[in-house]
Amino acid sequence: MAFRQITSPHAHAPQNTAKVMQLVIWCTLPGLFALTWHFGWGSFINVVLAIVAAVVGEAIILKLRKRPLRFYLGDYSAVLTAVLLGLALPPLAPWWVVVTGTLFSIVVAKQLFGGLGYNPFNPAMVGYVILLISFPIQMTTWVTPLALLPEGVTHPDFLQSLAIVFASASPVDGVTGATPLDSFKHYQGLTVDQIYQQNALFSEATFVTVGWEWVNLAFLAGGLVLLAKRTFTWHGPGAMLLTIALLSLIFWDGGSSQSPGSPLMHLLSGASMMGAFFILTDPVSSAVSNRGRFIYGVLIGMLVYVIRAWGNYPDAVAFAVLLANFAAPFIDNYTLPRTYGHTNRRRATEKSEG
Amino acid sequence: MSKTWQTPGGIHPPENKHQSLTMPIGELPIPEKLVVPLSQHIGAPASPCVSVGDKVLKGQKIATTAGPISVAVHAPTSGTISAIEKRPIAHSSGMSAPCIEITNDGRDKWIKHKGIEDFKHTSPATLLEMIADAGIAGMGGAGFPTAVKLNPGFQRPIDTLIINATECEPYITADDALIRERTVEIITGIRILSHLLGNPSQIIIGIEDNKPEAIAELSRHIDGSGISLVPFPTKYPSGGEKQLIYILTGKELPSGQIPADIGTVCVNIGTTYAIKRAVIDGQPLISRVTTVTGKACGVNRNYEVLLGTPVEHLLKHNEFDREACSRVIMGGPMMGFSLTSELVPIVKTSNCVLAPSYDEIASEQPAQPCIRCGMCAEACPVSLLPQQLLWYAQAEDHDRLEAHNLFDCIECGACSYVCPSNIPLVQYYRNSKGEIKKAQKEKIKSDHARERFEFHKERIELAEKEKEAKRAARREAAQKAKESTTGEGSSIDIIAAAKARAAAKKPNPEQQQAKLERAVESAQMRAQLAQEKLNSAKANDETEEKLNALSAAVTASQQKLEQAQARLAEHV
Repeated sequence: MAFRQITSPHAHAPQNTAKVMQLVIWCTLPGLFALTWHFGWGSFINVVLAIVAAVVGEAIILKLRKRPLRFYLGDYSAVLTAVLLGLALPPLAPWWVVVTGTLFSIVVAKQLFGGLGYNPFNPAMVGYVILLISFPIQMTTWVTPLALLPEGVTHPDFLQSLAIVFASASPVDGVTGATPLDSFKHYQGLTVDQIYQQNALFSEATFVTVGWEWVNLAFLAGGLVLLAKRTFTWHGPGAMLLTIALLSLIFWDGGSSQSPGSPLMHLLSGASMMGAFFILTDPVSSAVSNRGRFIYGVLIGMLVYVIRAWGNYPDAVAFAVLLANFAAPFIDNYTLPRTYGHTNRRRATEKSEG
Repeated sequence: MSKTWQTPGGIHPPENKHQSLTMPIGELPIPEKLVVPLSQHIGAPASPCVSVGDKVLKGQKIATTAGPISVAVHAPTSGTISAIEKRPIAHSSGMSAPCIEITNDGRDKWIKHKGIEDFKHTSPATLLEMIADAGIAGMGGAGFPTAVKLNPGFQRPIDTLIINATECEPYITADDALIRERTVEIITGIRILSHLLGNPSQIIIGIEDNKPEAIAELSRHIDGSGISLVPFPTKYPSGGEKQLIYILTGKELPSGQIPADIGTVCVNIGTTYAIKRAVIDGQPLISRVTTVTGKACGVNRNYEVLLGTPVEHLLKHNEFDREACSRVIMGGPMMGFSLTSELVPIVKTSNCVLAPSYDEIASEQPAQPCIRCGMCAEACPVSLLPQQLLWYAQAEDHDRLEAHNLFDCIECGACSYVCPSNIPLVQYYRNSKGEIKKAQKEKIKSDHARERFEFHKERIELAEKEKEAKRAARREAAQKAKESTTGEGSSIDIIAAAKARAAAKKPNPEQQQAKLERAVESAQMRAQLAQEKLNSAKANDETEEKLNALSAAVTASQQKLEQAQARLAEHV
């Protein structure tokens, strides 16, 4: 008689990749809710559309690669990528923008590199950047926040939204406009206070930017849940937000006409919080050690601020993350932790003796 | 309360210790046959000093140490040696190894034995000998010969004695039960150890705070003994030697060194009990406390088990349900190994037999790709990057693996435990360690071969050069001789001289005949031998092919004989 031979450890924590992915997806819901509340049904439609495209795209590639469908689709990684891309895209973007971006994320950035775990770049951000470069007009048209809509105008309802997305129906005038970061960039020669007074996006805000501040706070809330659940450590997101805050404080310049904006505006605008807690924390394409992730976070924070302040794009999380993805393996080589019983940290590039 | 230090990482798996602690340590009927492996420790297997058929008494030595790192083996009960052969043993590979089987005579009769009462006036050397003679090896897991560990030498004075009562693996309660019931003996064992090591300035019992009863018992008995009891928060794997040393002293054991190098000796608490029995009672190590647990067993409890008792015997007496059992594990769920056979015997290091049900420990799940989430790095107690190690193990990049300190991995399994992708990380590391060691050995071997070859080449070249030089010298000499001699007389002389030399070299006729006679004799012998072989092959019904070959050999040998005879006749 014989038993089966299985190597230790035998016990296993009740944890699996699908659960991790699902948890992250759940934690994006506050952000999605805030987006929908302030900007209408567009983001919701984006997300659903992206999920369908991602799952279909991934299934086709898995079929071509002769991989078991249920096993790989069941890890929810494609769904998560789709959710993140859907949240990042402008609400009410044409359906083909969403589908093109998602397919590019899943097929090219993820599956062509070997699937889950083997992609050197963040798939959602690759899709986003491809769209931003290819379709700049569609990608920079944002919906006006609910609070700033003209009298008697509301966001298109769900069916109207579908018509805009799928049948290119034009939205009512005044429903679309620029984002705070975008508008901020276009004021020349005005002090920060003057800009705030002239633009309702700032003057009507509770803290700093109408609508956007709540979206960012919602993503922050979701991110803190993930942090509490130890899905990731504080190092990456903390370093990024800290760097943005620090740089915007240094260059704040008292709000002069040269100022790129206040720390609060930078933290609560654009994709700051979503980037910090949901994009940069993609473990596959980031640095691995805690120290490495801290440096990775600092690098992203710096790039985001530099591009926002002096670059050509209003927001920069996607570019910053992709550039840092390039640097991640390099960072990994020099950020090994000190192992028990060793006096020094080692470098990954050390050769063994002899 | 003493200060303790916190190790990085670690995990908190469900402890599952209460199940086996509802009853005191029990005893089982002695099985009909006991199978005692010769190797129950690290080092050279013991060599048997009995033979099949011998009658032995309980506690009689049946195998002696073989080499400096080895321990003796004793008969766990009285009976007859019924076999000395390879049997399946407790090993992760499921391999077989030499064992001595004893058929129990039912009398359980002890051999005459006597301990010493006054160990304080016994020299450490004598005590060490007693411990070695009693066959004591570390009972916590690795099974390092205790007498060797307790003899670190003059150059390594010991100032700290650590008694490891951590028992951090889930399910196992063997040490806990032993402490609760045999505290006095354990304390005596620790005193013997302390005396043996020259009374180190610190004696610390390290214990996890999930054993309040054991802690209470110990603290009641250590008053005024100079032993300090240090409970610390429960976390796996605090019981690893390196982790425990850090938790209790704040010192890290430098990579590649042993505790004695930093003046520390670390002994499992079960081993201290065995030491007491060996020194005070004169009883060798023939039994140990083993936990039998898991939902596939109807009864969960600790037993004092005779070494050599087959696992089957333990399971049978604990209402084992085969159908419900997902695997049988010797040791705990984190570092234990699954058994491939129920016949494997309990040995000195077997602290637990775990028979979990499928809902306790499920069948293995297929591994998903690593997403480098880093949960493993957060769990690693020695601050490695398991996700990177996995990456480089798959790539077989030995340089990177070593740079990432693969060899500091203690294989505790915390990384695999938390891995959401169910990757058998530890298995990758074990395999890579083996590969690297093999590659190193091969490199040494090929270096040797290369050196040998180069030396050989050099030698040949040197010899060639010497020859060339000699030839040149001879040529030169000949040239000179030619130049110096004139006329033909001398050359005739040379030919004559050469002929004379050749004649002198020829053997005389008698010698020649003797030589030829010897040749005939040996040819005869060979022919005879060939014939005999052929005959026996025929008798054994060998294949035709073989018979043909043999008869050809006979013919050939006869031809040779004839030739030899002809030559002899010619000469005569």
